[in-house]
Parts: sequence; C-alpha cells; structure tokens
Amino acid sequence: MSEPIIRITDLYKYFGEVQALRGISLEVESGQVVVVIGPSGSGKSTLLRCINHLEKPTGGHVYVEGVDLEAKETNINKMRAEIGMVFQQFNLFPHLTALENITLAQRVVRKRPKEEREQVARQLLERVGIPEKADAYPGQLSGGQQQRVAIARALAMNPKIMLFDEPTSALDPEMIKEVLEVMIDLAKSGMTMVCVTHEMGFARAAAHRLIFMDQGQIVEDTTPEDLYDNPQQERTRLFLSKILH
Amino acid sequence: MTEAEGGSTTTIKARRSFGEQMREFPWWAVIIITFLIGAFIYMISDPSYRNALSFIAFPPTKTEIAFGIDVRNGLMMTLYTTVIAYLIALILGLVLGIMRVSRNPILYHLSTLYVELMRGVPMLVLIIWIGFVVVPFLRNATGNQSITGLQGALIGLGFGYAAYLAEVYRSGIESIPKGQMEAARSLGMGYGQAMQHVILPQAIRRVVPPLSNDLVAMLKDSALVSVVAVPEILQMARLYVSRTFRAFEGYNSAAFLYLVLTLLFIIIVRMIERRWRSSV
Repeated sequence: MSEPIIRITDLYKYFGEVQALRGISLEVESGQVVVVIGPSGSGKSTLLRCINHLEKPTGGHVYVEGVDLEAKETNINKMRAEIGMVFQQFNLFPHLTALENITLAQRVVRKRPKEEREQVARQLLERVGIPEKADAYPGQLSGGQQQRVAIARALAMNPKIMLFDEPTSALDPEMIKEVLEVMIDLAKSGMTMVCVTHEMGFARAAAHRLIFMDQGQIVEDTTPEDLYDNPQQERTRLFLSKILH
Repeated sequence: MTEAEGGSTTTIKARRSFGEQMREFPWWAVIIITFLIGAFIYMISDPSYRNALSFIAFPPTKTEIAFGIDVRNGLMMTLYTTVIAYLIALILGLVLGIMRVSRNPILYHLSTLYVELMRGVPMLVLIIWIGFVVVPFLRNATGNQSITGLQGALIGLGFGYAAYLAEVYRSGIESIPKGQMEAARSLGMGYGQAMQHVILPQAIRRVVPPLSNDLVAMLKDSALVSVVAVPEILQMARLYVSRTFRAFEGYNSAAFLYLVLTLLFIIIVRMIERRWRSSV
C-alpha cells in the first residue's frame, strides 16, 4: 500500500499541565473524508492544528505525504500551502474584499499572475455559490457567506488536504446548510478532508470514517453507520446520546 | 440604505432637547476662533505686536543664528522641525514596534531596552543631552564641524518620540485577533509576509487616531528644541524679548502662533482620520 497522505505517530501535546493529546496515532489515505467528534476539551481541534503545525506537538510526529513536519529541514510554509484550513471564526482578512482574500496568498505564496489568480478566485466564488460578492468586504457578508469565502480562499491554493475546525459552530442555524453543501460537494470531488464537526448530517452524507475522541485519545475509529448504530464504548454511547436529539 | 439612515437621524434630531443640541454644537471652537480672530486684528493694529510677530515670522536676517541653515522664519522652522522629527519617529517607531512583538529574543530585548530607556528620560533632558553632549562629542570625534544643533534636535525629538510611537504600533499589532495570523500562516505565508500583508495593514489603520494625536503633541513639544537654540517660534520670541524687553508682546505672539498651528493641525488630523475610517 502507498504512503498515507497523513500519518500521525504517537502524538502528545501539553499546554502546561493540561494534556490535550495523549498518544494519538492515525493514518489518513488520500481522498478520505474523516470526521472527528468528541466532547469539548477532548483535543479534536488541537489534533487538527497539529496537522498543519499551528500547534507544535510536545511529542510524536506528523507526516504529510511522508514529510515529517517536526524535522528541522522541513519548510513549514511550503507544507502549509498544500494544507487548507477553515476556522470556526472564519478569520477572513477584514481589510480586503472577498476577491482579494482569495487572491492574496495566490500572489504572495504561489506567485501567480494577476489574471490567473483572479480567474481562480472568481471560479471558486462561483463554486461556493456567491459570485456576486467578489467586491464585498467580509463585514458586509453574512456568517455563512464569510465561511464560504474562507473555504474558497483555502481552495485557491489547490491544497491536497483540507482541514475544517468546527466550520459551522459560529453560524446561525439557517446558514449551516449552505456551508455544509459546499463541504459535501468538496468531499464528493475526492478531496482529502479532516473535519472537526458535530454536524451528523454531514458525517452521514460524506464521511468515510468517524473518529470519536475523548480526553486526548482516540476512543473509536469506525464508519459513521457503525458508530451510530453500534458504538463499542460506553463513553461514545454517552456522548452520542447528548448530541443526537 | 442612505435614505433610511437620513430618515432615522431626522426623527432623532427632532426629539433632541435644546440642551442636547447645545451640547452637540462646537461652542468651544467658536470661542477659540473668535478669540484668535480678535487677537489677530488687535495685534496687527498694534505696532509693537506687529514687530514681534514679524520678527518671529519674518526675521530681519534670514540666517541670523541658524548654524548656516537657511532659515526662512520661526514659523517655518517649527513646522519643519515637527514634520521631519515626526517622520523619523513614524518610521523608527514602526521598526521598533514590530521588534517589540517579535519572538526573536534579541530583537525583543533590544527594542524594549530602547523604549524603556527613552521613555525614562524627560524629552527636555534628552534634547539638551543630545545638543550639548552628543553633538559636541561627534564634532570632536569626527572632526566634522558641519553637524548642526538642528540635526541634534531633530534626532532627539524624533528618537524620543519613536519610543512612544513604538508602543502605539505594538498595541495596534497586538489588538489584531490571533486568528488573522493563523489564517495567513495556514495559507503558507511566512511570518514576515503575514505581517506585511495581513497584520500591519489592519494594525496601522487602527492606530491612525493615536498616531495623529502624537503629531499634534509633537508640534507642541517642538518648542523644546529652543533650548538648543534652534530658531523656531519660541526661540525667536525669546530673542525678540531679549532685544526689546517686550516680554508681553513676544510671548503672547508665540502663544498665539502655536495655538493657530495646533488648531490647524487638529483640523487636518480630523480630516485624515475621517478619510481612514470611511475607507475601512
């Protein structure tokens, strides 16, 4: 079998005394859609942020396409350009228009010419369903629109992996669907995705794997159907009973 | 949208009490401007005030005590000192402010040392020290007699203010949410690129009001350089008084000119701030 696109070995992360991750090992194949769920403080977001090295692990290794992110000679900026990330709070650049948000990194990192990057940006805005908002500033967009621009911004780099850190948690209920539709569409296109989300509709529609984390460890790693219908662990059962209403 | 806003303001206005309306009207500006116009009319009609003003603004000899610099007049000297020293402070302050948030220990500690040192010394002491210690020392050390008191004064004022502006920039940078840097880095930008394209454009917009306040403060503090005999407004007034023994006319004229300049600066600064705000 070929090298998995993400390989995590025995990952630990401490924040002072708090142990956010306690020995995570995980492999994600190219094209796989993985959904990570778990109670708050279980280390889901920390795990995600270790995959693009926004958090520096205390111990263990993360390999992306076989490259060790911890190694000194690894150019982390080059690696991150291949890993898109979508944040809970969108984190759009408020001083730039939607189009400029999407073209900035293409210009600065990818060094694409103006015409190419604007064409890419407009196509992506079309894909996420808001081509008419190209010249709007983030402050003029709804939460759902902002998150879709943020997804387009990450996709503009042509990443091989997309990480989603609770992308719908800061949204009003009526806007969750429009973001999830974009994510499902993306999953169907064969993108490798790791999503921290409690949107079970998304997990059922698109996920190949569902991982349940608790207290910094992976408790269950199975398919969405199995986890719902046949949870192996008491902790999982308890958690599911709380989030599935 | 503009129509709706216009409509709501009119309703609110109609409900405002007389006292509230009086509170909104800039009576203070009316009083100052009336006073200044009155003072100006009085001054130009009085020969000794006319002398004082023209001595400060249009001195009899252009290069009277000007270290070989072609000084037009005290008014221009004050403006020149303010603008040059402020530009020095703006640029040096930005560099120091970026160093202050750096994770590099050398850059951080160097800039912190500079800021604390400069803020720990009164501006007047700093200007005197540079004027009477550093400038003579450099002249002797380099044998270059062309280093002027004015240059020393500009350096003193500019470098001193840079420490204050550095803190303004730093607070601006730190006020930008952490997620901005993370988003930029997650797209593959380096720290410097993220700073340049994402953090600083936002941070600088936020600090335009405090920075422009410091420009007005700098205008007033430029009077300090009179202690090293830079022929700006206050120094020219002192010269006038020492020649004519007319302290009343001399210093009143100086105060009058400073007030006019300060008000002009405040108006300009408000206009700049409004433009910045509307562009965000």
